[in-house]
Amino acid sequence: MREFAALFESLDTTNSTRLKIDAMVEYFRTAKAVDAAWAVYVLVGRRVKQSVGPALLRAWLREEAQLPPWLVEETYASIGDLAETIALLVAPEGASAMRATAPQISLADWFHQRILPLTGLPSEEQRRRIVSWWHELPYRECFLVTKLLTGSLRVGVSRALVTRALAELFGHSRALVERALIGAWQPSADFWIALAQNESSTLASHPYPFYLASPIEAVESLGARGEWLAEWKWDGIRGQIVRRGAECTLWSRGEEIITDRFPEIIAAASAIESGTVLDGEILAWGENGVLPFAELQKRIGRRTLSSRILKDIPVRFVAYDLLEWQGEDWRPRSLQERRTQLQKLLSPQTVIVLSPAIDAPSWDSLAAERDTARSRGVEGLMLKNWQSVYGTGRQRGGWWKWKIDPFVFDGVLLYAAPGHGRRSNLYTDYTFGVWAGEILVPVAKAYSGLTDEEIRRLDKWIRAHTREKFGMVRSVESAHVFELAFEGIARSPRHKSGIALRFPRIKQWRSDKRPQEADTLANLQSMLPTQR
Amino acid sequence: MNEFEDLVTATRRGLFCKAGDFYIDPWLPVETAVITHAHGDHLRGGSARYICTDAGEAVTRQRLTADARVETMAYGESRSVGDVRISLHPAGHILGSAQVRIERDGVVWVVSGDYKRDADPTCAPFEVVPCETFISEATFALPAYRWPETQLVAREIFDWWQANKRAGLASILYAYALGKAQRVLAELTRFTSEPVYVHGAVATIVNAYRQCGVEMLPTLPATVAAKADYAGALIMAPPSAAGSSWVRRFGEASSGFCSGWMRVRGDRRRRGYDRGFVLSDHADWPSLLRTIRETCAHRVLLTHGYTDALCRFFQEQGVAATALRTEYGGEE
Repeated sequence: MREFAALFESLDTTNSTRLKIDAMVEYFRTAKAVDAAWAVYVLVGRRVKQSVGPALLRAWLREEAQLPPWLVEETYASIGDLAETIALLVAPEGASAMRATAPQISLADWFHQRILPLTGLPSEEQRRRIVSWWHELPYRECFLVTKLLTGSLRVGVSRALVTRALAELFGHSRALVERALIGAWQPSADFWIALAQNESSTLASHPYPFYLASPIEAVESLGARGEWLAEWKWDGIRGQIVRRGAECTLWSRGEEIITDRFPEIIAAASAIESGTVLDGEILAWGENGVLPFAELQKRIGRRTLSSRILKDIPVRFVAYDLLEWQGEDWRPRSLQERRTQLQKLLSPQTVIVLSPAIDAPSWDSLAAERDTARSRGVEGLMLKNWQSVYGTGRQRGGWWKWKIDPFVFDGVLLYAAPGHGRRSNLYTDYTFGVWAGEILVPVAKAYSGLTDEEIRRLDKWIRAHTREKFGMVRSVESAHVFELAFEGIARSPRHKSGIALRFPRIKQWRSDKRPQEADTLANLQSMLPTQR
Repeated sequence: MNEFEDLVTATRRGLFCKAGDFYIDPWLPVETAVITHAHGDHLRGGSARYICTDAGEAVTRQRLTADARVETMAYGESRSVGDVRISLHPAGHILGSAQVRIERDGVVWVVSGDYKRDADPTCAPFEVVPCETFISEATFALPAYRWPETQLVAREIFDWWQANKRAGLASILYAYALGKAQRVLAELTRFTSEPVYVHGAVATIVNAYRQCGVEMLPTLPATVAAKADYAGALIMAPPSAAGSSWVRRFGEASSGFCSGWMRVRGDRRRRGYDRGFVLSDHADWPSLLRTIRETCAHRVLLTHGYTDALCRFFQEQGVAATALRTEYGGEE
């Protein structure tokens, strides 16, 4: 663990990409295979199943800190990171020199012997073990171990950066490493050795890295309309069907296996020839076409799928790309070629269907089609170059998303709560309201959209104009108006306002507007879709 | 005048001692301003008459116009002002920083200004002044804020500088220009006698400190050398210079920031520095508790920082504590 803690420290104390890669390569060169595998696992942001929830850790911290419980909570709210708060309050650095002599346990052993076995233990036993780590470990390791218990590491390295380090270390191409890191691999010495020796046998059900589109506004800059395929930008769950050997696996974009959520898609996919990988969108699909995302969510949320829900919310997989055919990687082929083959293989299918091409001969006529997007329940258009290969990640040029403009409204800042991580010590989690008669009702929470400068200014104002405190949340004077954008709106009996907004974010601070000029609830209600 | 009346109250212009007809660190111009120290949030221009310590005179004058009227007092010297006696006592915050002791009819109040309890080679150490009412800062009044030993932090800074030198990088260290920068330059004399390049804002105050006899590493203006010469050098600058075109002249560099706020990782990451060094000129949580206990005050008034948390903590311990509304805070 000490070596990994040192790596963490190196990564955490530089903003230089080069130095970060060097530090990783150096660590991997000397680490044991199983430790290296675990290090990759946590560096790319994966986490083991949580054996202890944050609420319990917080309760134990309150008991261990020898401080009034409210003060522990206040400190946590200010620091914005539970593991760090625990390390700061329970494992003070002063004693670390003495503690550093504690026996050394490797990163992999930490997981195999200590963290993973916590699952299923009575909570009193979990408490005994975890609390003893807090008291035994030096500050940095206490922070790290607790961080690994509570979730992902977030140390300022992306998967792309880990990929670069591993590619350099082994002399592999980045694409090869990328493929190995995707999907549901287990951190083990075998994984590491297979990666080092470039053995693809461990990659049996692996999906390919998803190709992501970049936003575009000025479509005329793309050249001739005829060079581009236009499709609807579906509002569902991006997925990959991997059909290899006797297996059929459905992957989400978050690289989770969601096979058991969608049995009808799997049944349909099983009829497809082995050695095929499809990219597409999972959509809830009723008699009159695509259903709102909220309907699809009902299926994701269920623990078990009743036959009733399968009947009420049928789904389709709208396929738009063919990544593998007859066991061969088709990503380097042109979209033209991939789509022709895709169309052929899907022709007998009903649940897995081809994403239709939009037949509009000019950019102008396409723009007119785009204007119908909202009424069709889609997010806009996708534009894909007929000659393009299937790229990796957000490579620009081949795929563009031409989204419809979001909904906007003006809301009044009502509440603020302290942020987390980088935003520790600042009030950055805001709640906004609109007018319902004489009162402001909360309709949206938003965390993003302001510049650092604006955040600092607003934080100062919030502290000076607090009306009331409810725990960590402050209600503030109704003074500031913000323009908020959002992607969708639905009725919601769970919210006081009766509506729920999808992906609300701050568009701009309207310091030119007075609170009386903010929108009304009736305005928002008028944006609700008519019931289908 | 009622003997139970408060000796110091928070007014629109600043902390006011009515019985002595003077203000302490006022934020608007007044007749008489007693100054605890020369940081911008405590010393503002425009008042008719300033009173500060002998040791603080040079830095105080530097921050006021040439015609400002500044009177000084030695630490411990006592004088009558109106109906009260005042004396100034070391606060350990920066060179010349003072706590203001005010006595009237045997009742003693102390206004601490900003203070710390850690050793600092650039200023006189904090002196405990027993009092009935203690007016304290609360900048870092949360239990997460505990300072590591200064020597260890100084060692970290030096090691970081040397590691950057080996990698051919410049080290740009940001620290508040008055106080913190000089403290670092003094602490580093334990390890080296190599000169350090300093930003103009730091240089002026370094000169004032030298005139007062504070020993620091030799300094050079950060404008004299050619770009290549900065590789391996240490450059000290105020935080306001970070991200400006001024820092581009140093080529490839690692950046560090000296502040108590660097105790928290998220704070450092947000500010974008490579390294954070936990070095503060304010009292940490244990020092705040210790100091207030040692003064034997049974009433505590808090001026700025995490005043709510500290108030509630004391109230639960049976100490009368209240927050004052002031305009302090900002540096560090």
